[in-house]
Amino acid sequence: MAIFTVHVIIENKPGISDPEGETILNDLVLKGTSKTISKITTAKMLKFTIKEKDKKNAEIKIKKICDELRLYNPVVSKIEIDVFN
Amino acid sequence: MKVGVIVFPGSNCDRDMFHVLRDVFHFDTQYFWHEKGLPKNIDAVILPGGFSYGDRLRAGAIAAHSPIIHDIQKISEKGIPVLGVCNGFQILVESGLLPGVLLKNNSLNFMCKWTSLIVKNNETPFTSQLKINQKIPIPIANGEGRYYVDEDTLKSLKKNNQIVFKYAEVVNGSTDKIAGVCNENGNVVGMMPHPERAVESEINPIDNKPSSKIFESLLNNMGVYQ
Repeated sequence: MAIFTVHVIIENKPGISDPEGETILNDLVLKGTSKTISKITTAKMLKFTIKEKDKKNAEIKIKKICDELRLYNPVVSKIEIDVFN
Repeated sequence: MKVGVIVFPGSNCDRDMFHVLRDVFHFDTQYFWHEKGLPKNIDAVILPGGFSYGDRLRAGAIAAHSPIIHDIQKISEKGIPVLGVCNGFQILVESGLLPGVLLKNNSLNFMCKWTSLIVKNNETPFTSQLKINQKIPIPIANGEGRYYVDEDTLKSLKKNNQIVFKYAEVVNGSTDKIAGVCNENGNVVGMMPHPERAVESEINPIDNKPSSKIFESLLNNMGVYQ
């Protein structure tokens, strides 16, 4: 068994408006010097510390937790899972 | 005629709701802590507003796993009326008892003001005394009140007459200006505005209190109100 850090990024599915991201883009970033940014989206990240036998099992376990306990709402959100040693 | 007001950690409209049910409409009203079960002889259940679990993760997401939700699911399947107001509505969608989801308001602001609803379905236990297209002035107080469903779900809501209330104008970016919906059977209703804050003259100087009809509908449904 080893200890892994697992990052779960919860973000909006395509097509779901993200007024916070749009405000950061339009009212802050594009008012600065950089005009090359075309999109900003916000997300929430959960960091798990988990003891599992390997990376694959850590990912499977975390995915199961996210789905079963609805840590993200599948109506509007999707998740990305990254596992680190 | 026993109506239960469910209390979660962080509920803060439970006493307002209890007061209105007991003192204004004379229901036999009882609080139920979210970790306890519901009695068999309950006639209706109301999930009040507030900030259950401090809105952590998402509004209503943690309360949706409270033990009492299992009992609410069971009684809802028997056709017993269930109403969720504000955070109660958020809990009902997060627990899957109602379709859709409630997102942050487009303005990103907590919105606390009077607005107007239009009645779209008067066949639920909470709206039978209202008229279709009747306008109801009512307060809203929420940060995550933007109702969202995808196009297919919107079509099925319309087909099954599940849209109960719409806002009279664009308030927060809700899909199709939806302010309240019901399940397919019509006995589980969720709404973002606060009818319990609009039924007494002391706090409603605006109109003749049509929100009262929401509670009178429930009385009527129980065969009490003529």
